[in-house]
Amino acid sequence: MLILSRKVDERIMIGDEIEISVIDIRGDQVKIGISAPRSIKVYRKEVYQAIQQENIEAVKAKPSALPEWESFVDRATHRKE
Amino acid sequence: MRVDTKAYGSVEVDERQTIEFPYGILGFEKLKSYVLLDAPQQPFYWLQALNLVEVAFVLINPVIFRPDYTLEIPEEELEEIGIDSAEKILNFAIVTIPQNPMEMTANLQGPIIINKETRVGRQSISTNPEWGVRHPILKELAAIRQQPC
Repeated sequence: MLILSRKVDERIMIGDEIEISVIDIRGDQVKIGISAPRSIKVYRKEVYQAIQQENIEAVKAKPSALPEWESFVDRATHRKE
Repeated sequence: MRVDTKAYGSVEVDERQTIEFPYGILGFEKLKSYVLLDAPQQPFYWLQALNLVEVAFVLINPVIFRPDYTLEIPEEELEEIGIDSAEKILNFAIVTIPQNPMEMTANLQGPIIINKETRVGRQSISTNPEWGVRHPILKELAAIRQQPC
């Protein structure tokens, strides 16, 4: 991994079109600005990973575990506070 | 066409039920072709991968248990699958079924979007942090049922 030190307002170019800027640093939090073409998707990694992980969990669903909606709804309706 | 499915074994499926996912589904990027099948347990659906029988997702229309759900995703993600109007959108949430099916959850943060006309789909990521990956369907359904009409 390439590691660069940057100060507030300093920037990094990735290729010709992606620009990363350090906007602000406070304690252990860094505010980062990203300019990239619309076709480049930018996500917080934990969100991306959470969805990926959930998909992997979802695929384990057993067809026999799928409940009848009616009984499912009954449980919801008759549930007391 | 004949398709091997996780839920029903080998079944005959109409070509119009096939859906292409050019970007795959997160964690399953290599699988691009699926079929959308009605589950006998409505309102669920199965999204079955064409080339790998083990890969099948249970889907639900999120509005069924969250009437307040709104699809909030970057516009270019819709454009990329040719959606330029709301009428073309089919929107599902992937359902996770744990040991106790009553605790099943739906992923509202990573919605499945399908262009009805071209049958091209993708998984998107919601820009609204209110929507998480594990919404308890039964609990949220109970919450709406307890509200006065």
